[in-house]
Amino acid sequence: MATSMKKADAVIVGFGWAGAIMAKELTEAGLNVVALERGPMQDTYPEGSYPQVIDELTYNIRRKLFQDISKETVTIRHGVNDVALPNRQLGAFLPGNGVGGAGVHWSGVHFRVDPVELRMRSHYEERYGKKFIPEGMTIQDFGVTYEELEPYFDFAEKVFGTSGTAWTINGKNVGEGKGGNPFAPDRSTDFPLVAQKNTISAQLFQKAATEVGYHPYNLPSANTSGPYTNPYGAQMGPCNFCGFCSGYVCYMYSKASPNLNILPALKQEPKFELRTNAYVLRVNLDSDKRRATGVTYVDAQGQEIEQPADLVILSAFQFHNVRLMLLSGIGKPYDPKTGEGVVGKNFAYQNMATIKAYFDKDAHHTNPFIGAGGNGVAVDDFNADNFDHGPHGFVGGSPFWVNQAGTRPIAGINNPPGTPEWGSQWKAAAADYYTHQLSMDAHGAHQSYRDNYLDLDPTYKDAYGQPLLRMTFDWKENDLRMTQFMVEKMKKIAEAMNPKALKVSVKGAGSHFNTASYQTTHLNGGAIMGTDPKTSAVNKYLQSWDVPNVFVPGASAFPQGLGYNPTGLVAALTYWSARAIREQYLKNPGPLVQA
Amino acid sequence: MSNEDSPNERRDFLRKSLTLIPVVTLAGASLASPLSAQESSAKHDANKPAAPASHYEPSYFTAEEWTFLHAAVARLIPTDERGPGAIEAGVPEYIDRQMGTSYANGSLWYMQGPFNANAAPEFGYQLKLSPKEVYRLGIAAADNWCHQQHGKLFAQLDAATQDAALKQFESGKVAFEQLPAKTFFTQLLQNTKEGFFCDPMHGGNKNMVGWKLINFPGARADFMDWVERDERYPFPPVSIRGERA
Ligand SMILES: Cc1cc2nc3c(=O)[nH]c(=O)nc-3n(C[C@H](O)[C@H](O)[C@H](O)COP(=O)(O)OP(=O)(O)OC[C@H]3O[C@@H](n4cnc5c(N)ncnc54)[C@H](O)[C@@H]3O)c2cc1C
Ligand code: SF4
Repeated sequence: MATSMKKADAVIVGFGWAGAIMAKELTEAGLNVVALERGPMQDTYPEGSYPQVIDELTYNIRRKLFQDISKETVTIRHGVNDVALPNRQLGAFLPGNGVGGAGVHWSGVHFRVDPVELRMRSHYEERYGKKFIPEGMTIQDFGVTYEELEPYFDFAEKVFGTSGTAWTINGKNVGEGKGGNPFAPDRSTDFPLVAQKNTISAQLFQKAATEVGYHPYNLPSANTSGPYTNPYGAQMGPCNFCGFCSGYVCYMYSKASPNLNILPALKQEPKFELRTNAYVLRVNLDSDKRRATGVTYVDAQGQEIEQPADLVILSAFQFHNVRLMLLSGIGKPYDPKTGEGVVGKNFAYQNMATIKAYFDKDAHHTNPFIGAGGNGVAVDDFNADNFDHGPHGFVGGSPFWVNQAGTRPIAGINNPPGTPEWGSQWKAAAADYYTHQLSMDAHGAHQSYRDNYLDLDPTYKDAYGQPLLRMTFDWKENDLRMTQFMVEKMKKIAEAMNPKALKVSVKGAGSHFNTASYQTTHLNGGAIMGTDPKTSAVNKYLQSWDVPNVFVPGASAFPQGLGYNPTGLVAALTYWSARAIREQYLKNPGPLVQA
Repeated sequence: MSNEDSPNERRDFLRKSLTLIPVVTLAGASLASPLSAQESSAKHDANKPAAPASHYEPSYFTAEEWTFLHAAVARLIPTDERGPGAIEAGVPEYIDRQMGTSYANGSLWYMQGPFNANAAPEFGYQLKLSPKEVYRLGIAAADNWCHQQHGKLFAQLDAATQDAALKQFESGKVAFEQLPAKTFFTQLLQNTKEGFFCDPMHGGNKNMVGWKLINFPGARADFMDWVERDERYPFPPVSIRGERA
């Protein structure tokens, strides 16, 4: 029999960016908030302290900060008729665990969104006609506009202490010739910090991209270019390009994280309680399944505990949100055969291609151990719908960039094509090229399809005996055509650098999703937002259509994958949802949008 | 620019360590085969510096396995004109020490069945075997294969034949009975690179030889003044425990 705790006004499942933002907003609104985090407490001290954190083997190779998949993983199959297999070793994606979630070990590229991508289906139909969208592609509009979200993007950047260069502020050009992005949407205020310095690799990219006629800009990064104090009073110091960023806790207090930027303020708040090692099994619903009564979790000692609450926030990361909804019976599970149901629908990802350029040792010293996770130079000439897709016949776009986040030698040695993987030749090439190379990515958007979806696996279980989440996912022709187009456009930049050799990594025709090679941890969809309960799981305020006292912030709400990295939009949508809870829901608990 | 890290300096170091430290016989090597790994590889390259002193006693590997491991990692990252290789870096010690961590038991991985050993490579690792078991079965199979092909164990072969055998394992052309040769090879190569480039506190990368080879500064992790400079980074690496190369 589960022990029952004192009822909370709100319970938050998962304490990453989405959970921390919600916790702050809801305690500000006067609610008693309990946050449940399955992993341990972790923070700059001691987990991120120098020098012990500068340890590639422990952190990145043995995956210290990532989800413990011995307990819970996902299963993966390529098609609806295949048998899914568990993802036994982390590879394609690296979800977080513990206080701060993936917000502790993320890189910090901090974008807004291209407004077109919020109206994906409408925009493509308007510009190219309905027939342009291929059969089986299920892209949708988010149901919210850039203009509605702008104040929340703005505030999130101030909380994160983001460095960058604006293009226009209230319609006035401020970024021309200074590293602003001519394709960026208008802003109400400037970035809180100026852009960071650029590495040699980023400078080479900037120069070459200009030469080929593209429009390079400084990547907006949640790594600080100088000292900063955020609206919650959290203090950050300048990033020193330590190069142990992505996969690590920042020892310099320079990379935005829920732990650094939000938790200190929450700790002052008597109405807030954070319980770690609390693994939520399910949301409990009342008998007619229209109201959540709280959640049940397993504590550090293995005891089942019930936490009653009036409001339940699922902020457990994209695929955990979807799994918890399926395990709890919130919303109708999606069926790819009929296209009916919503939970699990429109699972989408990222569509990456990479080019590495190698230089002669006298040409350039790119010193790739120098880097910061969010830092670099990018072009948006082929992102979103910034170019005419008409003649090319695919949907989606891609920013290109050099984002030198820090390359460490165990995982990072990368030699020119044709070099063996071991032996004297490998060793000589490593010595000759490690500090004379750079890497650029086409960070492609990824569309959603009728048969790329999430449900519960019939066979494999987690450590608590509950079914694992099953991903049915493969690349489609649209994705492969897009990535091949993008890599050709990006190659022009690489060639303009006059490298000694180039290595192009791009998916060929007929490629299948490979679970073993890192893509990104930008997983989307499965509990998507929208305007119609028949085609979305949550409304435009991220409120479940079926169980209105459950809100589900996270990239699970994205109906398809963005060209940009997702966290800027996750944060803005979470603030937007919190505002709706504070200003509308608490006054009159019930559906905020009538179905 | 500092020349502290120049190749001459490195050779100097090796020469000094050679004169200071006598070459020791590998623990148990004599039990395993008439020829130790070091002796066999020393034969075909007289210029090679011998391994530094190693009084390390393996906890996991048997004498036979230990001999194989030395011989194999010495080919994967050889000692050559570019400087020290896997042996000087202490890669065997590193790998043996890793066998005492949770990684080696497979407890960082999802290891519930059913297992499908015939899954397509896109599904990643799908075997029931832990890294420890991969070594136990893989080394025996590799030595066995060498014995069938050449009448000798791996460590007794000359360098060219050893390389050819490793290539066969790498390509998966060889069929081992209990696990794919490629799985074994991939793990061995991965662990070898780990042992060559990890922080020395893990038992590998001794004297930071891996980092010096490529000019990686180790745990310095502060490059504020170097971000915009297109020049060689002049400072030698430091380790987490504060050793300076
Ligand atoms: C290596 C890496 C680099 C990245 N770089 C970038 C980048 O540069 N830019 C960008 O925009 N994005 C980046 N991301 C993605 C970014 O980290 C995520 O978008 C972001 O952290 C998502 O926030 P979240 O709050 O939705 O989820 P998370 O941060 O994952 O937090 C979810 C939390 O919920 C907890 N949880 C899960 N299940 C349960 C349960 N059942 N019970 C209790 N708790 C639970 C988890 O332990 C976790 O702490 C990166 C990700 C990775 C892995
Ligand atoms: S690169 Fe900068 S932001 Fe990233 S971990 Fe190092 S100091 Fe922190």
